[in-house]
This record gives sequence, structure tokens and C-alpha cells, in this order.
Amino acid sequence: MSRRDAVAARTDRSTPPPRPRHTSRVPVALLLPAALGLLFLVLPLVGLLVRTPWSTLPQRLTEPGVLTALRLSVQAATLATLLSLVLGVPLAWLLARVEFPGRRLVRALVTVPLVLPPVVGGVALLLVFGRRGILGSWLDSTFGVSLPFTTAGVVLAEAFVAMPFLVVAVEGALRGADVRYEEAAATLGAGRWTTFTRVTLPLVAPGVAAGAVLCWARALGEFGATITFAGNFPGRTQTMPLAVYLALETDLEAAIVLSLVLLTVSVAILASLRDRWLGSR
Amino acid sequence: MTAETGKPAAVPAFGDAVLDARLVVDRGAFRLDLPLTIGPGEVVALLGPNGAGKTTALRALAGLLPLTAGHLRLAGRHLDHPDRRVWIPAEQRGIGVVFQDYLLFPHLNALDNVAFGPRRQGLSRHRARQRAARWLTRVGLAEHARRKPRQLSGGQAQRVALARALAVEPALLLLDEPLAALDARTRLDTRAQLQHHLGGHTGATLLVTHDPIDAVVLADRLVVIEDGHLVQEGDVATVIDQPRTDFVARLVGLNLHRGHADGHRVRVTDGFHLVVGDRHTGDVFVAFTPSTVALHPRRPDGGTHNTWPATVTGIQRHGDHLRVQLAGPVAVTADITPAAAARLTPRPGQTLWATVDAAGTRVYPATPTPRAEA
Amino acid sequence: MTVRRLALAAVAMAGLVGCGAGQTVPQGDAVTGDVTVFAAASLTEPFTRIGEDFEAANPGVRVTYSFAGSSTLAAQIDQGAPADVFAAASPDTMTTVTDSHDHDPKVFVRNRLVIAVPDGNPNGVSGLADLDRPGVKVALCAPQVPCGAAAVRALAAAGVDLTPVTLERDVRAALSKVRLGEVDAALVYRTDAQAVAADVDGIEFPESASAINDYPIVVLGNAPNKPAARAFVDHVLSDAGQAVLAAAGFQAP
Repeated sequence: MSRRDAVAARTDRSTPPPRPRHTSRVPVALLLPAALGLLFLVLPLVGLLVRTPWSTLPQRLTEPGVLTALRLSVQAATLATLLSLVLGVPLAWLLARVEFPGRRLVRALVTVPLVLPPVVGGVALLLVFGRRGILGSWLDSTFGVSLPFTTAGVVLAEAFVAMPFLVVAVEGALRGADVRYEEAAATLGAGRWTTFTRVTLPLVAPGVAAGAVLCWARALGEFGATITFAGNFPGRTQTMPLAVYLALETDLEAAIVLSLVLLTVSVAILASLRDRWLGSR
Repeated sequence: MTAETGKPAAVPAFGDAVLDARLVVDRGAFRLDLPLTIGPGEVVALLGPNGAGKTTALRALAGLLPLTAGHLRLAGRHLDHPDRRVWIPAEQRGIGVVFQDYLLFPHLNALDNVAFGPRRQGLSRHRARQRAARWLTRVGLAEHARRKPRQLSGGQAQRVALARALAVEPALLLLDEPLAALDARTRLDTRAQLQHHLGGHTGATLLVTHDPIDAVVLADRLVVIEDGHLVQEGDVATVIDQPRTDFVARLVGLNLHRGHADGHRVRVTDGFHLVVGDRHTGDVFVAFTPSTVALHPRRPDGGTHNTWPATVTGIQRHGDHLRVQLAGPVAVTADITPAAAARLTPRPGQTLWATVDAAGTRVYPATPTPRAEA
Repeated sequence: MTVRRLALAAVAMAGLVGCGAGQTVPQGDAVTGDVTVFAAASLTEPFTRIGEDFEAANPGVRVTYSFAGSSTLAAQIDQGAPADVFAAASPDTMTTVTDSHDHDPKVFVRNRLVIAVPDGNPNGVSGLADLDRPGVKVALCAPQVPCGAAAVRALAAAGVDLTPVTLERDVRAALSKVRLGEVDAALVYRTDAQAVAADVDGIEFPESASAINDYPIVVLGNAPNKPAARAFVDHVLSDAGQAVLAAAGFQAP
């Protein structure tokens, strides 16, 4: 019975698996909504391109604030992603692998930043890490550290909003991974930490990469929590989305140019990382 | 010595037991309770139907499942002893496991898969790889060291898994259905190689398997469990010759019936006797191979002793002949040649006449062995 | 008949706030239907009140508001948002509405800046110069929004060159930083400080005279409901409307 299945599976594996590509004969019932979905996602981008002031683009791109905001955005999003990896991957592991009372509640709590309006998230962060906040007042009095209105504050706000994307993706990957590889590692003498770093993490690497990409992208576009918690000051806390928002107040075309810069850079970075991490498919 | 130690006759050939265990694991309504000893260099096959507790026993030995009671001692070291609150986790047991589907780490090449264990034992990366390379050479895969598991054939993956388990030089090697995932032809080659490598393993080996041929070829001793309990244990020849349960009989392809012997006649059920070749008295097992059972479209005229009408309940191809399941006063299995099948054209529900030559039967006492009494 | 009803309505409306009759009540058809008002966020409280009065005086009318930053609203109007009335916090913003107006924008109130400090003024701030003291954290509005432009003018007039910790997106955001204690002071509109008088003190300073904000209001050229829109604007300009705005801290133009 199961042995026969196993034999069949094995036989498949022993020769290089032929990958059938069903490019022809895509059912219309799938193709139509798929095309509409793509259109829906891409049309706003077309809208931006249509209104882009191409003739004045070179001057606008070299305006002093643009590069500063872009650099700050990329740096802060990257640091926020690293912070999320350091804290979020162990959290995902805990949720996926360890049975503990209240796990369902904890899992729900992890997704709170996803549903919380980011501005509210920013206020909540102020209430905790602000000058009068629960932890912030202690940080201020003990270490003289104040997070609001600093680049560190930007990183914190972005990580708060973006980390759930990473945790959810990594937890899903961990749940999908075969626990028996970890058992095999244990029988070979690997303790839990070694098993985690040498076996579990490599096994779920694609999931971690996908989560990190989502996290980074979300952090890069973060606006509400950032402007609320970290404020807005050029060169220190003014990321691209904040610059776009304020440009929108006076100059629609400037806002469009900034948005395009942000889009181009993020798409370029994500595409190159995808090739490196996931191989070209 | 047998009387003094209370150990089965087969063990002393392998000296003092490397593994000495009584595995008791409760899992809901199911209870595994299995005494198990294995000597140095000895290969024991653990046989049993699905759900008998084979996997539970293997996991308990490997440290992936704690014992509820009993004990587990390997090379003089207590690994699990609930009464004494002793529990050594899997990574500190020094037990090698070859899993059913091998579980080679997909992100590591063959060499690093094998080097994984030595590396955890504290060897430098270089030394661990040297040792791994030696093991790969030993299993004949030196030239595949750089391949990832997905680039290996089934048989090659099995050998890498074996090398990986042996590279930690385990006191106990556990093999979980090591050949089940292979197609028939690969299995033949791999089995022969496995036999060779197990022969070189100085520690104890436990082989969990469904397949009687694996057991016969690879094992020195068979341990048969059903429903969590030991039902038969002994050297291969004895168990095959004298099965004590239906499962073992089917496993080795025998018809087995228990009855009461009085001379050449064995009463199997009320009103049904089998005439046998040997004389016996008391409770006995009667065993005969399916090919001993002949089938006839009509009642045969000759003076055959054992003749009864039987109803066909199932037909399967079995090698180059047909295996026919029959109901009647006793349920039996018959193997018939294609020629006979063409003559009989057996169909389920059809009534045929079965005959068994008394000379083709084997009879042995049903009284338990001294081991089971102890 | 319709004229009489309108006149009655005007009288009733005037009576509600205890002032004399409104200066101009348009003569025409009775106003009915929905009127959509896009108004600067700083107008939230008085305009809500004015809308209630207006609806009470004109039973067939329902007023719908969209309160947000003036520039955001202007951008939305530019992109075809179906607004009848636009009340902005600065004339500059009003000019960005390229849509043709029904009439020239009218300035209906003015607002000036105050220094918002936590209740009780713990740092003893008395003027703009105090904001440049070391250790005093200040929030300003971003120069792109009206209150930020006003702050730049006031600071220039005072000759104070201060570095704020943040340039907030609107006056409410700047004010909330004071209320949360994250900054020690913010330059905000008097009306906004007054709306949260329980938490915040508004310190007047002389240089605010050079940064007075005019609030223009206009009926938009393609307003779906022009009669009602005109009636609403007239109501805002009436004594009754002005009284509500004055109570909120606005100054008459």
C-alpha cells in the first residue's frame, strides 16, 4: 500500500523530474480575473507615468532633498528588516514549533500591527517609547536615549508595522517544513540551536527570504507610524513616503517624481535580490 | 548459560548485550511493551504488521519519544529510565538512524550530509569531511560527494543515509524500512550492499521491516511484535520454519493452523481434521506452504487424506503463479500454476475442491518456548 | 411662498444664535438636497456646528463634510471630487484649485499662530525667542502646509532661527506632539490650541501679526448643488455663522 506509493515517488525522483509546463490551455475562468487583477494593480502605476513631467525630470531628480530621503528610506527599511529578522524569526519558530498555553492568542497579537491603522500604531509607540512613555521615560532618564524624532525611531516604527509580514511568512514556512529533518539532525548529535541554524533555517530559507522581502517592501512604503512616531525632518526622519506626502501638499508633479524614484529603486532591488536568493526560475 | 541468564539461545553467540531494553510506551489506548536485547555485531529484525508498534519502538530507542516505563541501556549507559528519572536526549545518545525516506538534508551535498554527524561530535570541518569522504568511498559513492540529495538516485540516497548514520560510529544502528522506498531491482542490489555493510558494523543493529526477505537476508534474529507485544522471537530459520501467529505465517507465506493432535490426525475445528505426516500428541501448529494446496474442479477420486470443498474469496498474481484465497472449514491460501489456472478459471465465489498432501505438512508443538515462559 | 419660507428660515436661524438677521439671504428657490463641503481640518468643530444650524434652518438640506488638510482637499477637488463648497486655510491653497470658481473666493475668517505649550507652561515660554533655548524641543508644521508657511514668516519676523525636531504634516499632528509630551512647544493656530485648551496653553506672541492666515471660501464652478452651496456660504458669512467661528477662536476678516 504505502510502500507502493513510496516506490512510485522514489522512481520519479531517481530520474531528473520532468517539469511539465502547461502554458497552453489556461482556462478562461482563471485567465480573465487574473488579467483583471494584474490590470487593477498596474493601472495606478500607469497613471503615475502618464502624469510624470518627463521634460523637467532631470532637474527634479537632482534636487537636494530627493537623494537624502531616498538614502534614508533604503537604510531605515533595511535596518528595520534586519531587526525584524533578528526578533521575528525566533518568534515565528516559537509559534510554529513550541506548544504553550495561549499560543493562539499570541499568534493573533502578532498580527495586530497589520490591522491597526499605522497612525494609531505610531501613537501607541509614542505611548511606550515616547518621552513620557512607559519605557521611553525610563530610557530617557537612565540612558539619555530618546527615540522619537530620530532615525532609530524611524527604524522602530517601520519594524513595528512590517515585522508581522515576516513572522507570518516564516511561521508558515516552518509549519510547512518537515519536522523529521530536525529529528534526523538530533539523532546525528545536533542540539536544538545547531538544528535550528544548520537544518531548520536552511530548509525554510525561501520562506524567510520571501518574508524579508515583504517586510522590507512594507517598511519602505511605511508612512503613518513613521510620521507619527518619528516625526518628519529632512535628513533625519523624512523618508520618501513622507517627502511624497508633503510634496503632494504643494506640488503634485514633485510628488509623482518622488513616487517614481521610490518605485524604481524598490523594484530594482527586489528583482535583483529575488534572482540571488531564489535563483532564476 | 541460557538457563542462567534467561536470554534466548541465539544471543550468546554475540556476547554480552550492547542494547538491553524493555520499551514501554503508552499512547492513548495503545501500549507498547517490548523486551529487546541485541548483542555486539548482531542484526535483529523487528517485524510486525502495521500499527504493531515498530515505529514507536524505533522512536523510543532513538530518543524521539520518551518511555512511559521500563528501561533502555546502551553499552552500559542508561539512556531512558523513567523510574530513575533518567532521560538522555536524542542528540546525546550516539544512535545512528537510517530513516525510511532517508531524510537527507536537501540543502547539503552528500559529503556534508555524511559529515554532519562527525562535525557535531566536535571534529573540525576538515576532519569531518575526511571521515565523511571515507564513508562515501566505503559505500561506493566517492564520485557523488558533491551532489545534492535531489541529484541522487534512490539507491544512492539510501547508501548516503547509511553512511551518514554509520559515520557517527554508533553503538546502535536503527534502520527503518531501509529498502521500502526502492523499486524492486534497486532493492536487490542495495540489499546486498546493506548486508555487506551491516556485516562490518561492530555495534548492535535493529532493522524495522515489513519485508520478510529483508529480514531473512539481513538479520541474525527476528523479533515479531503484534499489537505492541512480543509474539515470537528467535533465529531466522526457527521463526520461518515454525511460525506461531497468523501474521508470521502469512509473512513467510505459510498456511498455519492450530489444533489438537492425536497421532497423524489434528483436529483443527470441530468436525474438521487434517491428516499430517508426523505423529504428535497435544496442542500443535500445522503449517504447509500454499503450493502444497492443490485445487480441483470436482472432487478428486484418489485416496488423498485431506480433501474439502472451498470457496474462492480472492485471487492475486504472485510471482509467476496465481495465489488463491479460499474459505471453507479452514481458510487457506493456494498457489497454482498458470496452466492450472487456465484449467480451473477460478473466480471469486466459485466452489472448488482443495487437497493437501499429508507429507507436505509440518507439525510442531504449540506449547510456548522456554524463553516465553521465563 | 418660497421666498417667505426662506425669509422665515433666515429669521429662525438668526433667532437660534440670538443675533440680528443675516446680512444677505439669496432670493430664489428653496434650497434642498445634499451639499458637500470640503473644509480645512482646523474648521472641523465650528463648521460641524454651523452645518447643524444650517440644516435646522433648511429642513430639506443635508450637509456632508470632508475635513482634511487644505492641500489634500485641493488635490482631490482638482481630480474631480464632487464638492460644492471649499473652505481652505490659505489663499495660496485656494489658487491651486484650477477648477473655475462660481465667484471669487471670499475671506470669511482669519487665524493667527500661538505657541502651544503643555498646560501650565512648565518651561515658562513667553515668546518665540524662548523656543531657541537649548533642550527645548519644538514641533513646527512642514513649510508645505499653511501653518508651516505661517510659522516660517513669524520666525523670520522675530529673527529667530530655530531647528525644530520635526516638521509635522498638519497642525493637529503638531499639537498632538505637545499633548503627548514629546515636544515642549509647537507653533499652531490659535483655534487649534483653543480646541484642546484643557491640555494645552496657547501663548500669544506679537510676531504672529505678520503671519495671519486668511481663510477663503468658495462655491466651486462645477458644484452639483449650487443653490444650496451658495446658501451655505452665505450662512457662514452671516452673523450667526461668524458668531460660531468667533467662539472657536477665529477672528473676523
